[in-house]
Amino acid sequence: MNILVCISPVPDTTSKINFKDGNTAFETQGIQFIINPNDEFGLTRAIHLQQKIGAQVTVVTVGDASCESILRKCLAIGADRAIRVDLQPQDGFQVATQLAALCKKSSYDIIITGRESIDYNGGMVGGVLAVQLEMPYVPNCVHLELNGNEVILQREIDGGKESLSAQLPILIGAQKGLVEEKDLIIPNMRGIMQARQKPLEVVMPIEVAPATEVEKYEKPPEKEAVKLVDAEDIDGLIDLLTNEAKVL
Amino acid sequence: MAVVVYLESQKGVVKKTGLEVTSYGRALAENLGVPLIGVGFNLSETKALDSYGINILYNINTSEDLYFNVERYGTTLAGIVTKEKGSIVVVSSSADGRYLGPYVAAKLQAAYLSNVVALPSQYSPLKVERSCFTNKAFNETVSQKDCTILSLASNAYGLKEKHGAVKVRSEVYAEGSNSLKVTAVDLATDKVSIADADIVVSGGRGLKGPENWHLIEDLATVLGAATACSKPVSDMGWRPHSEHVGQTGKPVASNLYIAIGVSGAIQHLAGINASKVKVVINNDPEAPFFKAADYGIVGDAFEVVPKLIEKLKARKY
Repeated sequence: MNILVCISPVPDTTSKINFKDGNTAFETQGIQFIINPNDEFGLTRAIHLQQKIGAQVTVVTVGDASCESILRKCLAIGADRAIRVDLQPQDGFQVATQLAALCKKSSYDIIITGRESIDYNGGMVGGVLAVQLEMPYVPNCVHLELNGNEVILQREIDGGKESLSAQLPILIGAQKGLVEEKDLIIPNMRGIMQARQKPLEVVMPIEVAPATEVEKYEKPPEKEAVKLVDAEDIDGLIDLLTNEAKVL
Repeated sequence: MAVVVYLESQKGVVKKTGLEVTSYGRALAENLGVPLIGVGFNLSETKALDSYGINILYNINTSEDLYFNVERYGTTLAGIVTKEKGSIVVVSSSADGRYLGPYVAAKLQAAYLSNVVALPSQYSPLKVERSCFTNKAFNETVSQKDCTILSLASNAYGLKEKHGAVKVRSEVYAEGSNSLKVTAVDLATDKVSIADADIVVSGGRGLKGPENWHLIEDLATVLGAATACSKPVSDMGWRPHSEHVGQTGKPVASNLYIAIGVSGAIQHLAGINASKVKVVINNDPEAPFFKAADYGIVGDAFEVVPKLIEKLKARKY
């Protein structure tokens, strides 16, 4: 059983977002990068399967050398090996196409991406990769169990859940619920030491142009100050919401 | 050339998200001077679409697929886009819309842009504004392809009616493989979902425990709202994680968001930033939520909320 988990390094969720070069690029100075939370839920599920059925877990990222510390963290969490595709990608289409080229060289039974990365929120890598690899794909995945070659899955839909079954191989878009927050693995000293010895392979990218190009970033306009209503004046609040905001 | 919109439906009836992408698609079609083509699956009721200016409606009967099926819907939709020479395809930001968009884009070797918040500022090449960093920022993105799939952010454009007769083509398609089998769909039928709600009422740690959630639920009931919660509340198991709103949870883009006993961590505020009007009720005047809210009450939720429920009940009819 081979599992590939696709990892995106993203700014820590508490980060203040700023831009540079005339608002054309994200300012990474002073930003702490973390494993994209959706990817981390997926990685954790993969490690559970590794422990339960002896699956081999490979992590991959498409990015420059600065991404290697995130890959080492994945190895410390328990992944067996890491791959970095040496390209600073411009959009999700490029990422998916690089990953597809890589996947075609190996044989993975389960491929896990995050539902979306919390930085660019493209939400497309899993879907595009699935079509390029002609694999069934389940995004917003909150449950994955194996029964021989059969995969039992659940997908979160608007207002509920959908249960699905498929045959391996499968590609999923992970999110919270696939494992719980408390299941996330904090690397211990032994894991960190072992991670240094685990293989981290750098592969050359294939030629592929991005499908989109970001021209400019902007931050939302400054908000006006909150209008405070006295705790005794509930009618005042209802009046504001009805007549001023027109939302009731 | 044509603009194609995906008419998301439930039990054969087009959902509000489907009507919103149709409203948006209508504006695109008018600006480009091309027809607007709607594609729905297994629709039993198409009358409502007369008010949204679709020129041609493909009502696809997939017979055996009772539920959304990305492979069949995606392959069929891609086939229609090719046949009609569609240059822009619009889907919603619902769970199914986000499922379908990248799939169709990959099939057509088209560009895909999610979280689109406005009409294009330019059509050739196509340039749109989209939200990123979970609503902490926006970007202007240019498509590098002749065909672009846009996933419209919920509630970003609204419903805009435009009357005109629809030419309906009912066709039976069974394109695409079917490697995923849906075994059950579990929908909470008695509740409004966060994605579909005009109003969302959300509770945080300030409510002290799950036994006090009747305050949130009663307020939601009187407002016809969905219920949501902060991350600590779902992590502690007070509420299911499907209600968790924020950067790693669900985004909320409702007309009105009422936060009760939610302090307003940066990740939570990012998740609700697309909501139009935000109200906070919190006994801590220093809570960060007051900086993000439009209206606020500094006060004890256990006193304020029951009064609010009473007043709203009395006001109703």
